[in-house]
Amino acid sequence: MSGELEKLLSDLKEPEALEFVDNALAEGVDPMALLDAAREGMNIVGQRFAAEDYFIPDLIFSGEILKRIVEKLEPHFTDKKGTKAERVGKVIIGTVKGDIHDIGKDLVVFMLDVSGFEVLDLGIDVPVEKFVDAIKESGSTIVGLSGFLTLAFDSMKNTVDAIKDAGLRDQVKIMIGGGQIDEEVKSFTGADAYGRDAVAAVKLAQGWIGG
Amino acid sequence: MEKKWEEMSPDEKQEAQFQKLLTPKDPEGNDLQFQSPEAEAAYKASINRFKDAVQLKASDRVPVTVFPGWYPILYAGMKPQEAMYDYEKCAAAFKKFVLDFKPDVQWGGVMPGPGKFFEILDYKLYAWPGHGVDPDSGYQCLEDEYMQPHEYDLLITDPSFFFRNFYLPRVFGALEGFTMMAPFTGILEMYGVAINFIPFGLPPVQNTFKALFEAGAEALKWITVMGGVDGELATLGFPNILGGFTKAPFDTIGDTLRGTKGIIMDMYRQPDKLLQALQAITPIMIGMGLGSAQQTGNPVIFMPLHKGADGFMSDEQFKTFYWPTLKAVIEGLIEGGCIPFIAAEGGYNSRLEVIRDIPKGKTIWMFDQTDMVKAKEIVGDTLCLWGNVPSTMLKIGTPQDIKDYAKKLIDTAGKGGGFIMANGAFFDHAKPENVKAMVDFTKEYGGY
Repeated sequence: MSGELEKLLSDLKEPEALEFVDNALAEGVDPMALLDAAREGMNIVGQRFAAEDYFIPDLIFSGEILKRIVEKLEPHFTDKKGTKAERVGKVIIGTVKGDIHDIGKDLVVFMLDVSGFEVLDLGIDVPVEKFVDAIKESGSTIVGLSGFLTLAFDSMKNTVDAIKDAGLRDQVKIMIGGGQIDEEVKSFTGADAYGRDAVAAVKLAQGWIGG
Repeated sequence: MEKKWEEMSPDEKQEAQFQKLLTPKDPEGNDLQFQSPEAEAAYKASINRFKDAVQLKASDRVPVTVFPGWYPILYAGMKPQEAMYDYEKCAAAFKKFVLDFKPDVQWGGVMPGPGKFFEILDYKLYAWPGHGVDPDSGYQCLEDEYMQPHEYDLLITDPSFFFRNFYLPRVFGALEGFTMMAPFTGILEMYGVAINFIPFGLPPVQNTFKALFEAGAEALKWITVMGGVDGELATLGFPNILGGFTKAPFDTIGDTLRGTKGIIMDMYRQPDKLLQALQAITPIMIGMGLGSAQQTGNPVIFMPLHKGADGFMSDEQFKTFYWPTLKAVIEGLIEGGCIPFIAAEGGYNSRLEVIRDIPKGKTIWMFDQTDMVKAKEIVGDTLCLWGNVPSTMLKIGTPQDIKDYAKKLIDTAGKGGGFIMANGAFFDHAKPENVKAMVDFTKEYGGY
């Protein structure tokens, strides 16, 4: 039965998916099983996005359907911690100092999340110290720097330098991304890799810590 | 007898526009006095080069220009914050930029905008230097749902009323008084006419108008300074042919009304309403371009494209939601004698076959991450290619990198005409020697 929810969600059938969840809950289906089905549906969405069958609107809309499904399921969970799935690794993400663009960063966060990573999203206009502190506190081994403006190239370089100065450079892999980011910017900033899109970010993270 | 404007074909209108650009006037309407015969010759040669490029013909050489973001300000050693508040200094920076790099045509200094004006109106749609972002950052948009999902019918029925009473008060704190105003279309006859005017007697509405008068005076002060520099640069041989600005209807709704996420939800939850709204604002987007061209006397209408890029939406979504009304705006502008100058931000590789379907020799397309060789092959017989020296190379590369890249562009995209050498995206930071290499190398190597 839960195969149907996976299909409805991955085919972006919002009213049908929500109705299915309502009916299933009324029939006493285990909410945990429904959540697993929804996660599997999101996994399929991620695969379709990676295969370029789905694009950004499909990805964002699927996230919205998931949000509404989770809202329906949440009151049925007695133990909130039970909703947390096993995570394959931890990634720190943020838009660098001076830049407040968030759409690309949010897509990367979303794709990493549905791919099983725990994401620590530092937000936008993130000062270099905040990245350094986050590495120290979380012990995360992957850092993603996002930026859209040409000014972000310098901020990315400053962030990588600060991580180096804090003696943490060997502990983390750093990936960068954003509208104008290319190989040249990667070398300039001293990052380990750059990605063209959210799928590339997931592939890099998986390559670095598996997942 | 000369044909009336309305009777002209689009070809004749375009020709008339270029003739007007070739016989420039000063603000009093007299023939522009150039500072030297060389300046006059350079001015006219530049216009002719652009004309040939738009019409897909080879000229004496490839035209070259630079359309920057904040670069002229940073190049002059200023912070964006200073440029937004000190109009004289801002204008001087743009002048220095043009005189130092000598592009064939220039695009004016209006980009930073008047900081005090935004303060007077309490603008909430953007963070600007000192107001939400660092003094050395440029302004950046604060996306939100400034139009709610259930408000489509309001927008479709009367876009101006929706803008005045709903959208504008949400993005300008000082325009709160607009929410109290009655629609002007209710002012019909003696009976009851005065009732429509009652809001103007109320303090919130009066405060809004006071703010508007103040903001208008500030905008005028600013444009007088910026316009002065344009006039001076023209006499020195550097024309500004930018006539105004408009947008693709999808971006109008998706950028600042519904926001990226909002419009995406609408594509699934209420596609028919979205399509209706796109149709409803199409003539308004055309009018916006034609109106500003008339005011400025310049035919080139800038259209930055955002949400139609490669990877953003599928081909089917592009053909359903993005392209039909964008095409209608492009055609409407051409019909009205304008030259749409479309900045295809991001990549447009997957859209080339679709965008081919527009009148030939009437548009300029600024390409960013589009493959210029492929673009030449697919749309080279339809539209003038502009681009696409990368921002990353301008900032990080060397003059030799720039020359190699520019040479490749001239040899491929530039072949046979219909190409303008320039940056591909709006950049803030660059090495001056790289910007110089782009301009100088094109002048040296770009001959036909």
